[in-house]
Amino acid sequence: MKYVILIRHNLKALEVWASMPAEQRAEGFAVYAALTEDLAASGELIVTEALAHPSTAKVVSVRDGEVIASDGPYAEVKEHLAGFYLIECDSIDRAVQVAARIPEADFVEIEVRPVLDHISVDM
Amino acid sequence: MTADIPGLLRELTPRVLGVLVRRFGRFDQCEDAVQEALLAAAQQWPAEGVPANPTGWLVTVASRRWTEAWRSETARRRRETHAALLEPPAAAPAPAEDDTLTLLLLCCHPTLTPVSQVALTLRAVGGLTTAEIARALLVPEATVGQRISRAKQRLKGAQFTLPPSAELADRIVAVRHVLYLIFNEGYTASSGPALQRVQLSAEAIRLTRRLHAHRPDDGEVAGLLALMLLTDARRPARTDRDGALIPLAEQDRGRWDRAAIAEGIALVTRALAMAEPGPFQLQAAIAAVHDEAATAAQTDWPQILVLYDLLHFVAPGPMVTLGRIVALSMVDGPRAGLRELDLAAGDPVLAGHHRLHAVRAHLLDLTGDTAGARAEYELAARRTLSIPERAYLESRAHRPSSK
Repeated sequence: MKYVILIRHNLKALEVWASMPAEQRAEGFAVYAALTEDLAASGELIVTEALAHPSTAKVVSVRDGEVIASDGPYAEVKEHLAGFYLIECDSIDRAVQVAARIPEADFVEIEVRPVLDHISVDM
Repeated sequence: MTADIPGLLRELTPRVLGVLVRRFGRFDQCEDAVQEALLAAAQQWPAEGVPANPTGWLVTVASRRWTEAWRSETARRRRETHAALLEPPAAAPAPAEDDTLTLLLLCCHPTLTPVSQVALTLRAVGGLTTAEIARALLVPEATVGQRISRAKQRLKGAQFTLPPSAELADRIVAVRHVLYLIFNEGYTASSGPALQRVQLSAEAIRLTRRLHAHRPDDGEVAGLLALMLLTDARRPARTDRDGALIPLAEQDRGRWDRAAIAEGIALVTRALAMAEPGPFQLQAAIAAVHDEAATAAQTDWPQILVLYDLLHFVAPGPMVTLGRIVALSMVDGPRAGLRELDLAAGDPVLAGHHRLHAVRAHLLDLTGDTAGARAEYELAARRTLSIPERAYLESRAHRPSSK
């Protein structure tokens, strides 16, 4: 089964991050590096990315066939996607175990979502 | 002659790998060498023609590759430790026996994770390339490569011999499980973009056939092969032109693969007569009863119910519970089924499972409770992890009215 692990940041997370001493931040990065390396070595990692700040995003919509791309996001957005892992592992319990190793789990909620597949059984 | 070269290479893979491992030991390095020989053959044979002795050709090329790798490794070690350059071990004569079973057991070794067992089995026994496995499993090539190399790392100390017979039965259980996983991975409703993909269900059937040839008296291996054949036989009728799922009761049975059904029925009949029926044999028997019915209405539900009762006794599980309830409803009516379903919902594994909701929806539909059915179909659609199944459940939820 594939699972996506979503790391969302909110204002509180950003505050915690800003108030962290440099060594502690470095420690966080090291934890990430070790986690990614372990997942690659076990053959569970499919892809992981950290995302640029939402202020760099474009918000795209198509209205009457016209593409509108404006600077995003809206001011009222309190939470944004900061990064994700896409992994394949044997159970959701294992995916939860992986999510628990994400440094931000100490101060935000990490979401583990199963990915839909094309496998089907007879009805 | 336009031979099916990829098919031939896949057939020959376990034999060639077996010869190499017996000759040189070191499964991990032999497997690399065989992969290189397979790639060379895939490049050369289409242009130059299939050699008169394809196995011999592959063994020769793979042995050469192994020796080259061995020499460079020894040279490297010599540079590092100043050890004398040894000659590679003398080539032992190729044994006549087929090592498929030994290889399957090794690839499904209990120290490996299921995803690694699947990847390694497809490569070392199935003869697929890492790229083909990655496409078939819908994961990146690097991920599959990592699974295979890690699995081979773990197998370094493992013996390339059949385990003692006391252990053999347990080890074959793991092989059957991996083959069933491969079959189910391939049991997708997708078409079109899947054209380039190796058909994993066909691969699983091919490998299970080989296992069955080695263990003809293993009833569960026969049962597994029968189950795969009887399930795969319905493939042409399972989806409509748009790829949407068609439930068993509404399938055009004229499109079922009659030859596969006949073979599956013969296999499971023989297996059931031989020994105490195991779970694969019973599941195959249930599939056989469905496949034997000329129309859905002619399905022998009392017999299916008896088989589910047996299955529940031999190998209870949430899906068996639900299958039994469906059969019971067809025999005693939907209300009897709904009562059983409420009891089953007390099982924490089943509570909230999408298929429990799907069964309840179906049964409510049969009682005429359209609104209740719709709500349950929606719940099931929300909880399933399969795209085709979700589409099917949504279409049921939004049907104008039940029949």
